[in-house]
Amino acid sequence: MSAHMNLTLKVWRQKNDKTKGQFVTIEAKGIADDMSFLEMLDIVNDDLTRKGEDPIYFDHDCREGICGMCSLVINGRPHGPKQGTTTCQLHMRSFHDGQTIVIEPWRAAAFPVLKDLAVDRTAFDRIQQAGGYVNVNTGGVPDANTIAIPKRIADEAFESATCIGCGACVAACKNASAMLFVSAKVSQFALLPQGQTERYERAQAMVDQMDEEGFGNCTNTGACEAECPVGIKLTNIARLNREYLTAKVFREEDIHG
Amino acid sequence: MLDSKVPAGPLADKWSNHKFNLKLVNPANKRKFTVIVVGTGLAGASAAASLAELGYNVKAFAYQDSPRRAHSIAAQGGINAAKNYQNDGDSVYRLFYDTIKGGDYRAREANVYRLAEVSVNIIDQCVAQGVPFAREYGGLLDNRSFGGAQVSRTFYARGQTGQQLLLGAYSALNRQIKQGKVEVFNRHEMLDLVKIDGHAKGIITRNLITGEIESHAAHAVLLCTGGYGNVYFLSTNAMGCSVTAAWRAHKRGAFFANPCYTQIHPTCIPVTGDHQSKLTLMSESLRNDGRVWVPKTQEIAKKLQKGEIKASDVKEDDRDYFLERKYPSFGNLVPRDVASRNAKEAVDDGRGVGKTGVAVYLDFAEAIGRLGEDSVRAKYGNLFDMYYQITDENPYKQPMRIYPAVHYTMGGIWVDYNLMTTVPGLYALGEANFSDHGANRLGASALMQGLSDGYFVIPFTVGDYLAKLGSFAPVDANHPAFEEARKDVVEKTNQLLALKGTQTVDDIHKKLGHIMWEYCGMARTAEGLTKAIGLIQDLKKEFWSDVKVLGENDELNASLEKAGRVADFIELGELMVTDALQRAESCGGHFRLESQTEEGEAKRNDEEYTYVSAWEYKGDNQAEVLHKEELIFENVKLTQRSYK
Repeated sequence: MSAHMNLTLKVWRQKNDKTKGQFVTIEAKGIADDMSFLEMLDIVNDDLTRKGEDPIYFDHDCREGICGMCSLVINGRPHGPKQGTTTCQLHMRSFHDGQTIVIEPWRAAAFPVLKDLAVDRTAFDRIQQAGGYVNVNTGGVPDANTIAIPKRIADEAFESATCIGCGACVAACKNASAMLFVSAKVSQFALLPQGQTERYERAQAMVDQMDEEGFGNCTNTGACEAECPVGIKLTNIARLNREYLTAKVFREEDIHG
Repeated sequence: MLDSKVPAGPLADKWSNHKFNLKLVNPANKRKFTVIVVGTGLAGASAAASLAELGYNVKAFAYQDSPRRAHSIAAQGGINAAKNYQNDGDSVYRLFYDTIKGGDYRAREANVYRLAEVSVNIIDQCVAQGVPFAREYGGLLDNRSFGGAQVSRTFYARGQTGQQLLLGAYSALNRQIKQGKVEVFNRHEMLDLVKIDGHAKGIITRNLITGEIESHAAHAVLLCTGGYGNVYFLSTNAMGCSVTAAWRAHKRGAFFANPCYTQIHPTCIPVTGDHQSKLTLMSESLRNDGRVWVPKTQEIAKKLQKGEIKASDVKEDDRDYFLERKYPSFGNLVPRDVASRNAKEAVDDGRGVGKTGVAVYLDFAEAIGRLGEDSVRAKYGNLFDMYYQITDENPYKQPMRIYPAVHYTMGGIWVDYNLMTTVPGLYALGEANFSDHGANRLGASALMQGLSDGYFVIPFTVGDYLAKLGSFAPVDANHPAFEEARKDVVEKTNQLLALKGTQTVDDIHKKLGHIMWEYCGMARTAEGLTKAIGLIQDLKKEFWSDVKVLGENDELNASLEKAGRVADFIELGELMVTDALQRAESCGGHFRLESQTEEGEAKRNDEEYTYVSAWEYKGDNQAEVLHKEELIFENVKLTQRSYK
């Protein structure tokens, strides 16, 4: 059967965006190793609730690693110690009895803390609104098989499109840069024929919005790639740089010939 | 009394004719109307974007921190469409027929035909948006097979189809937000519907960050709020999925249809312990290549349960590939309800596997031998990784253990052909309505329905309603009806916050889940259902006397949010059981032990039960009243479903 462990949690508690936060030490007892990290927090919260104390607020929803709602910096690493997983897919077998676990929210000026471990990530939405789409209305589009797209290109675009928008890349970056996030969407459309007509305007608009939101600059440390739970590659950033540079250096007419 | 408003004429012409007969709103007048869309999943995001493109002002609401997080994102396997790109005999009629049959003849013909008809437009639309569907080496779109069909009509993006489709709809939505046509409200939960002179004119929401109870006015309201599977506590739904928006609308006059039709999905990772907060689905697409089996004898099963032997130690002759044995023509690709019931039967027979004995194997050894590990990884890699992550077992080396879990609810708010509820101006789309899947939904059809409703149905039908309103005057959010509804919500919130008992909200939710799973799960009886009604009524009293809700209203308060949702689930649970009790037949996912064929398959009673049950709310603690919509089949002959 599964082993049980006792853990010491140092959890960031903060009432709201107007107050200062602090670490609070909480003991977690009798945790089974086949629980997920969030189920461990459920148990801690259950305990707190029974004692009449305010439970720890954290964002989460699908608990399948796809919605991108869960976050948490665990012992200094976004989504915890395991590579390629979200916090909701992290299991307690990655920890050991007696361990101290430090749990913090994403730290970035563009992601203000709302309460405890939850932050406001609407900056990401606004970047997408700036240009993360193909300008096409519902209806009146050609048959889906009109354009053949080489499998290699389609697969590569898909890899970029799998970004879950969690923000771990920003949390991992010492500059709190959002380049990996932005580059994933720009890459998806730069690769596909559907995205060609607005390719350079898109790159420019999304980067401008990113800067406006207060995200830092990219200095190519690669921390974002290392912590990305779905394996978005740094090559996306290289592509974004190329797209952006092309947009800046050449005039609009030249781009479209 | 219930008028489905299905247009006259031949099945294949109904939608075209109807579209022509619907009234239009002149482009210059569209901007005078506001439409509220609650929920931003496939149905909500596609509806909000499409209506905004037409010129309407849209207000979209999501309880998550971004529209992109709606639970459609987690759909894995694919989306059906009658493209017949594979030249394997598919057609609109075949997709229609498969869906009607898969739903065990309890869906409305005209709605299902329209769904099949517009399915082809959905794929075109998504590709135009840049959704990266899987492709063949020649560059054209690839398809896979899904349960309940003998053609390959499922379009997919690895095991993340829902994610890619939702991000497509989200991108269309973002475009309209940028253009100022959609105003989006994240972290807002709908807590009441507001009616003026009988028409839906707005909603009351709680801002989950500040606790503010807000009034939002509009000329029409669209509920795109998903299903109610979390009534079982454990399900494949996201943690925040609830019936609350739909239920509050129900209390304001929207009839609730077929609440007992729930889908228990056959391939989920089995329950491991009490701490578990949710269950994880393993896509049905895995049944394309995975073979389902249990040992032939209880003795071997015992050894497997104790860990004395491994699955690979069980000889071929000692294995029972029960789906292939019982259903040779569909094999492992029988519909979900059939696959689930057979897994339960094997476990009840003492032949289940894994430590708990409550699981069956889904084995890829044969597929890996035939295709190679790399090909299997290319098709299902992310699902295998997810399984490995959760169970710490490598599915490339040993078979997956799977067991059915609550996944989808076919029942929902009753709607007519225009997707309008019994409240004029109130619509329900996607999983939130009841209309297209009858008593069992086929795989890869939920995404199809959500997008069909949002992209291609509602833009026409809501216009008809607005055109007939006869006035362009804005709706006043200070109308007394809003004040009254707002006061009700504030009062209810305070009531919840005053609860200072001994149990947590989850304690009660888990108890409800146990009752529902035990008596209203995969097998139901009159005796069990009758007992469950009493148990749920007692649980309701327990909730309102002994639950503990912490904190204040004016903050992010998970305890308060959950309490409101569970209070609604309890009431819904009672209605589900009541509905299951009145339907003394088996059909699709609703399996009454009293009504089965000699071979143990679901046995319908078409003479008495070929109807939709639609329930009318009559007040707190009062029995709901049953209305019936007779289902008329003009094109399909009702037969005993057979997948042999």
